Amino acid sequence: MSSGNFPKEKFLLSRGLDDFFASLYRMVVFIARFFKEVFRPPFEFNEIIRQCYDVGYKSLSLICLTAFITGLVFTKQSRPSLAEFGATSWLPSLVAIAILKALAPLVTALICAGKVGSNIGAELGSMKVSEQIEAMEVSATNPFKFLVVSRILATTIMIPILAFFFGGIGLYGSFVDVHMHENTSFVLFFEAAFEKIQFADFYVSIIKTIVFGFTIGTVGCIQGYKATQGTVGVGRAANSAVVISMFLIFIEEVLIVTIANAIRAI
Amino acid sequence: MQDLNKTTPEKYPIISLKGVYKAFESNEVLRGATLEVMRGENVAVLGRSGTGKSVLIKIVSGMLMADAGDVEVLGQDVERLSLKELQALRLRIGFSFQSSALYDSMTVRENLMFPLVRNKRHLTKKEKDAAVESVLDAVGLLQTLKQFPSELSGGQRKRIGIARTLILQPEIMLYDEPTAGLDPITSTEINALINQVQEQYKTTAIIITHDLACAKSTGNRVAILLDGVFYKTGTFEEVFADKDPRIQGFYDYNFTQ
Repeated sequence: MSSGNFPKEKFLLSRGLDDFFASLYRMVVFIARFFKEVFRPPFEFNEIIRQCYDVGYKSLSLICLTAFITGLVFTKQSRPSLAEFGATSWLPSLVAIAILKALAPLVTALICAGKVGSNIGAELGSMKVSEQIEAMEVSATNPFKFLVVSRILATTIMIPILAFFFGGIGLYGSFVDVHMHENTSFVLFFEAAFEKIQFADFYVSIIKTIVFGFTIGTVGCIQGYKATQGTVGVGRAANSAVVISMFLIFIEEVLIVTIANAIRAI
Repeated sequence: MQDLNKTTPEKYPIISLKGVYKAFESNEVLRGATLEVMRGENVAVLGRSGTGKSVLIKIVSGMLMADAGDVEVLGQDVERLSLKELQALRLRIGFSFQSSALYDSMTVRENLMFPLVRNKRHLTKKEKDAAVESVLDAVGLLQTLKQFPSELSGGQRKRIGIARTLILQPEIMLYDEPTAGLDPITSTEINALINQVQEQYKTTAIIITHDLACAKSTGNRVAILLDGVFYKTGTFEEVFADKDPRIQGFYDYNFTQ
């Protein structure tokens, strides 16, 4: 390095397109760095456990309440349509398919995108604008490993577990309604509920929740990590973490279901 | 390249910047800044807001890379270091941030333990506790051990920020606006602390400031950064004996406002 001339600003396509591809490139680099750092010691076990507690335990009550009401209301609203055909006995299996295959992964992910994604975006954004991330860097600590890897791992591990709770509590909500109307026993309800469920359904749901969890953690971290411009930037990071996560979750839902159905059809 | 440490003779530059350029998009901040800091000396860098003072010490610590020019710290070319080498170098540099940059979610003790736990793994718990208490005692805030940053005053946060950098016993201290936003009495205390750190820990320091009182009391030398270059360097008296209106304007603004 010896020249003092500054490079002139040039665009390959246009400023907007260049920015878009640059963002995409940064995202790919960010994800690649995650996979590079996640297997490399030292491991921040304490921070991972703390994040799992924050993501999982602190979201559990909200997930359980939402699941119970979803199961109950879904059953109540489905009953009149099935009753028209005298098919209310199908309610347990209908609700089980809806909850386990679609609602549990999707609703859990959307709730967590709002609650956990915004939290990650705001927390890291606030740390970024108040120079806390730089402070870690200059004290020879790897902030990426401490802040990003731990959070992405926590969401990837805990969202499938939360979705499992959602499925169980959601079915219980459905059982409460069925029991009130048909006086069906707990065992009979769950036997009927799982009659039409196959192992492959669980398999797809588990993959979905893992992908959703990874997405929520990654998007939250990226948005927080690139926050600038003080408190405005923090708000923007939290907001965009939620919006982008939700958008990606819907796209991933469609893609995974399409691929799973295509594989089954073979 | 020779690795420099605390045994390096005085009059040997520990930090050497030669023709450093840095721009952020069209904003050209540094335009060929050249400065040498000798072992054991405190150099106060004075300049108006937005003149690239903080950028300069971020380049020294390897947080930012210069667009052009040579940056040598402790005998190592910062631009050519691998991440691992840079991290090893950073262990020898303490960086005190303008905002203190204490970790909000941690107590003072946890803040101080954070770099220690990750970089001095061989120490026992007792030794780590002793190190924490020692630096807290050095900054006179032993009683704040269990408090969170939000419970501390601005001056206390600055002191804890300095304590956190001292815990790794750095050879170089970089202070970014150490007295910004503090009342005159607290500023005087922070200035005294900077001098105490230089004496007690035998550090070499760059103090970024626009506070002339801070520069006068902490800097063995003063360097004026104007238009991206070091316009004038020397002792405080030498620099401000100059009748150059740009330097005098700076002096008058600080001491008459």
